[in-house]
Amino acid sequence: MRLRVRFQKLGKVRWTSHRDVARMWERACRRIQLPLAYTAGFSPRPKMHFGLALPTGAESVAEYLDLDLAPEAGVHVEVEGLPARLSLALPSGVDVTALTIVDPRAPSLQEDVDSCTWRIGFAPGVDLAVLVERALASSSLLVERERKGRLSVDDVRPAILALSAGATAEGEPELEALVATRPRALRPQELLQALDPALEATRVCRTHQWIERDGLREEPLAVAPHAAWARAQ
Amino acid sequence: MTSLWPRIEPLLAKVQKPARYIGCEDGACTPEHGSRRVAWLLVYPDAYEVGLPNQGLQILYEILNERDDAVAERAYAPWVDLESLMRSHRVPLFSVDTHRPAGDFDLLAFNLSAELVYTNVLNCIDLAGAPVRAADRGPEHPIVVAGGHCAFNPEPLADFVDVFVIGDGEEVISEITEVVGEWKGSGRTPGSRERVLRELASVPGVYVPSMYDVAYEGPSLRAITPRYPDVPERVEKRTVADLAEWPYPKQQLVPLTEVVHDRLNVEIFRGCTRGCRFCQAGMITRPVRERPADQVRTMVSDGLRRTGYDEVSLTSLSSADFSGIDGVVAGIVNDPVNCGQVSLSLPSLRVDAFTVSVATEIQKVRRTGLTFAPEAGTWRLRQVINKLIREEDLYGAVEAAYSQGWRRVKLYFMTGLPTEMDEDTLGVAHLARNCVAIGRRYNKGASVTASVGGFVPKPHTPFQWFGQNGVDELQRKVGLLRDDLRRDRAVQLRWHDPKATLVEGIASRGDRRVGAVIEEVWRRGGVFQEWSEHFDLALWEEAMAKHGLSIDWYVTRHRTEDEVLPWDHISAGLHKDFLWQDWQDSLAEHGLPDCRWTPCYDCGVCTDYGIEHVVASALPPAGGSQGTGQDLSAGGDVPVTLLPVGGRV
Repeated sequence: MRLRVRFQKLGKVRWTSHRDVARMWERACRRIQLPLAYTAGFSPRPKMHFGLALPTGAESVAEYLDLDLAPEAGVHVEVEGLPARLSLALPSGVDVTALTIVDPRAPSLQEDVDSCTWRIGFAPGVDLAVLVERALASSSLLVERERKGRLSVDDVRPAILALSAGATAEGEPELEALVATRPRALRPQELLQALDPALEATRVCRTHQWIERDGLREEPLAVAPHAAWARAQ
Repeated sequence: MTSLWPRIEPLLAKVQKPARYIGCEDGACTPEHGSRRVAWLLVYPDAYEVGLPNQGLQILYEILNERDDAVAERAYAPWVDLESLMRSHRVPLFSVDTHRPAGDFDLLAFNLSAELVYTNVLNCIDLAGAPVRAADRGPEHPIVVAGGHCAFNPEPLADFVDVFVIGDGEEVISEITEVVGEWKGSGRTPGSRERVLRELASVPGVYVPSMYDVAYEGPSLRAITPRYPDVPERVEKRTVADLAEWPYPKQQLVPLTEVVHDRLNVEIFRGCTRGCRFCQAGMITRPVRERPADQVRTMVSDGLRRTGYDEVSLTSLSSADFSGIDGVVAGIVNDPVNCGQVSLSLPSLRVDAFTVSVATEIQKVRRTGLTFAPEAGTWRLRQVINKLIREEDLYGAVEAAYSQGWRRVKLYFMTGLPTEMDEDTLGVAHLARNCVAIGRRYNKGASVTASVGGFVPKPHTPFQWFGQNGVDELQRKVGLLRDDLRRDRAVQLRWHDPKATLVEGIASRGDRRVGAVIEEVWRRGGVFQEWSEHFDLALWEEAMAKHGLSIDWYVTRHRTEDEVLPWDHISAGLHKDFLWQDWQDSLAEHGLPDCRWTPCYDCGVCTDYGIEHVVASALPPAGGSQGTGQDLSAGGDVPVTLLPVGGRV
């Protein structure tokens, strides 16, 4: 049996890494004695499948994780109370916002997700409108970036699917960006570099991950948006 | 509440491993401070990932937070990247629990686990906003405390630390809290600092260096004497008589990011009387005090349930010596609550306890690295150091490992030991090669990693009089081994930097004059000296020269029986004439039995302190009472049974 979990990562805990988050999940499952399936071999690992990695320091209200349960245990698991029990066992700031049973033969999160939405906040006074206009008007945006120790110069313009400048309720400038995650995910830091290398964000939050099917974008597991944002505040 | 978090957070985007600074561990406290509560900041003067697991710090953290009149928070040395941002943004040292400035606390208490962290202690005091020299502090500054194994020779840090705590901290921290609480209640008036320090000096187990005069005669130490009649001439260590009364930590901290020893740790006994002559930990923590097996089981099952760890380590200085260890291990792995998911490790497992059946069981869970510690290359030298592992015991253990599928084992040795000849040094290569030959019977690719560390004589051990090998001699010995093993691709030789060993030697047996050297190295930027990328021998050599101190006099010179040692006024309970006799026995290649299982030889600890061993069984485990030389079985009987932990594979 496979469970798909949607969770958020907010507050101080955002300074932990993707690997740290994987370890938190292993421990949380053991604490509530959720019987996970394990890989074979001399160093058995629990079968947990993450989607896109979240950069260290970024917050998110749209993280996903698939958990494979041990075959013999699956039928006995009470899905109903799991989000609350898991949230309690996870560090403060990491909370489960939705959970469902999915078909283990369905495409994995890695295969399925092709874009995501970011909200990026700035200190008062940053004029985003000009930068956004200029970026959207250009046919290419070259960024030097590193992957696995190798530098390359890439055109990231095709990965910017939508971009708009706005402001938070407190009046702080905020960018909303829909970016492609394939063939290679555009990271928030790389987006800022493309807009203006001098830009420094005060807050970065992933609000959605998207799967495109038949021309429509849907989330791997939806939470009523007001519910997610209410928790985020 | 004065939290520095809004000023710290913007810096975190610019540093490595920012999760080091956020706290938020499961088990962490966010205590409420108040004018009637003594505030302790417990500081581990090294990086978070090294300091967080420290059990001593966690034990004191809980005990203090359980008191109505105290609060405790934690801090770790910021890595160099954050430190430079903190200095440029004027952010002081902070606690990770509530991100309070260190200056808001009444006491800064340092854990001293290794000598090379001494410059980090100064750096942390400075980052806290207090003068590094104790004499320059006023009533507005926190009291600087230090404890841990290195406090048994406090002199190198005597100019910087107000108060040292010698021995087990569980009881004495409450007594210190009460004295400091009165000081805090009285408003910390001008001139009151001297009074509170003097009062602390009469708390048993507390050493206040400013209450003592030091007299020299040329390069030699003449005497360290109290300045007042109410200050003790000798400070005796504190010892918790019964570990059962202290089932701590009850809420072991579970970090959010990667740290060393990242598992549940349960201390099964304290103290060790195996009598290895190089081992300071064994000498200064006597007698042996076992935790009752039932309490161990409860601490393990409660701890696993609470933390979600899948590994538990039963810690002590020699875990196979715990009475009935097999029953305890069986109980843990068969506990249905743990449902077959928990792997168990016994650090310091002796080679005579490692056999085929142990190997079989361990590899069912996870085939982790195996390290054996023969410590010396020949039987003769192992008699000198009183680590009586026979060659056939080692071969039996590695055969067990290779036959169960391991391809590599690690062997740990020291070099530069007393009486060591080149044939002893080369014995390391001989043992390693023979282990490879055994491994080849099972696997063509079998290999051995031999790690060699330079020996540093430690205070309160029989080797405290021994002149340490210098850099050149240690390098020559490592060179001998390297040449000898050059063609043996299957033996990988690793060695500890002899230069770092030399500096450890300066601090290990240094006196109060070495303090100026530590300060000089710190002022010139020498922090994180136990990290090879930051270690700099030249800084130390130049500082020693500048202050007119001879490295040879402090490190490589043999001491004489009548010499006043810088730690003579600090007592671990061991009689100096016992240590001297053991040093003579060592030179005569005589072993000494373990007094848990054989008659008392009067080292001084139990008789002077009116305490004794707390053990559940007076019978030695199979493998024998070492040192008697006659009852060492060939390692066929296993004192430890590790039961299957299957269910996952």
